[in-house]
Amino acid sequence: MIITIASGKGGTGKTTIATSLALSLAAELNTPPLFLDCDVEAPNAHLFLQPVFTQEKQVGIMIPEIDEERCSYCGKCAEVCQYHAIAVLGKKTLVFPQLCHGCGSCTAQCPEHVIVEVQNSIGMLESGIARAGLSFARGVLNVGEPMGVPIIRQLKKWADSLPGQVVIRDSPPGTSCPVVETVRGSDYIVLVTEPTPFGLHDLRLAAQLTEELGIRAGVVINRVNGPYPELEMFCAERNLSILLRIPFERTIAEGTARGKSLLDIHPDFCQQLFSIFTNIAK
Amino acid sequence: MKIILTAVSPNIDAQTDPRFGRCAYLLVVDTETMHWEAHANPGLTASGGAGIEAAQFAANQHVKVALSGDFGPHAYNALQAGGIAMYRYGNCTTVPQAIEQFKNNQLEQIGVPSRGDCDDGHHGQSS
Repeated sequence: MIITIASGKGGTGKTTIATSLALSLAAELNTPPLFLDCDVEAPNAHLFLQPVFTQEKQVGIMIPEIDEERCSYCGKCAEVCQYHAIAVLGKKTLVFPQLCHGCGSCTAQCPEHVIVEVQNSIGMLESGIARAGLSFARGVLNVGEPMGVPIIRQLKKWADSLPGQVVIRDSPPGTSCPVVETVRGSDYIVLVTEPTPFGLHDLRLAAQLTEELGIRAGVVINRVNGPYPELEMFCAERNLSILLRIPFERTIAEGTARGKSLLDIHPDFCQQLFSIFTNIAK
Repeated sequence: MKIILTAVSPNIDAQTDPRFGRCAYLLVVDTETMHWEAHANPGLTASGGAGIEAAQFAANQHVKVALSGDFGPHAYNALQAGGIAMYRYGNCTTVPQAIEQFKNNQLEQIGVPSRGDCDDGHHGQSS
């Protein structure tokens, strides 16, 4: 069972929910879950789960290298590149590594067979054991690199779950490629939102994404400080069950700011979060 | 001499477009005969690498010079590799004015890319 925590809007409490949900499962199940921090541009779940990393792996994508001596400058590589990562300018073929998605089209299409592919490092994967015996893995994108998707894709493959082990994926915010890659292959998506027009606006986008991917989803409303009927109506219309409401409370804000989980702040949350899981697994 | 200019509309009297990679139209002009052609910028709708695509287009047109308001680092590297000289519009607001000033050597030639030194693209956009 793979459960992904996503949000649309940033700062709604994805990591708070994901880490607390993982800890509640660790408390209730025989096998603690595998936690994947897929927010590779700014991973921060380690602040709550304190993993000790014992394994690491460099991640790269294969980028073209051109043998200029044998190149006929025909321009086929530049023409087939969807990302404009190659330009052929007179007697010069230029590769722009940061635009390359590593698709291999240039290599496959080069009529002279003068392109070889070399590894270009864009980040790393790390894994180990965290609080409460959780298996923990994360991807870290190098600063300045624009593409997180290859790291997320490799993280999902690299971090193997044990048979029957629940996987919790903490997603980046938004609804673009890194989120789609994180969410893809999940059995259930927990959408974390807040009762504000901004939260609802981005929840609509995130709900649309889950519908397009055909993955079941439910909503956690964080920082509840009174009724917000528009949000309730939206969830009812789209058949999104409201899994949990977390009150807007100073003690919670203070606790999370110190790296505490919801379970540390209010032990009642353990049972409430675990019931999210049992409801999903039904 | 064959040159390329960025313009907001596809005619020789057009207003200049200050962006290179994201300009609306590219005008290819022969400065001796004043023969000209307008082309929709193939890079305009690219999600990334717009400057490279526009530079590739310029190279395919065998121009010697590119005139625009700004050149991002990708466009700069590509045009440089293609041996295409770059000049800034400065205060020119129309294509005829820019051609005139270019002919009179009044435009500033660029030796370094206009924006920043990081390499993640999107720098040629007008701010």
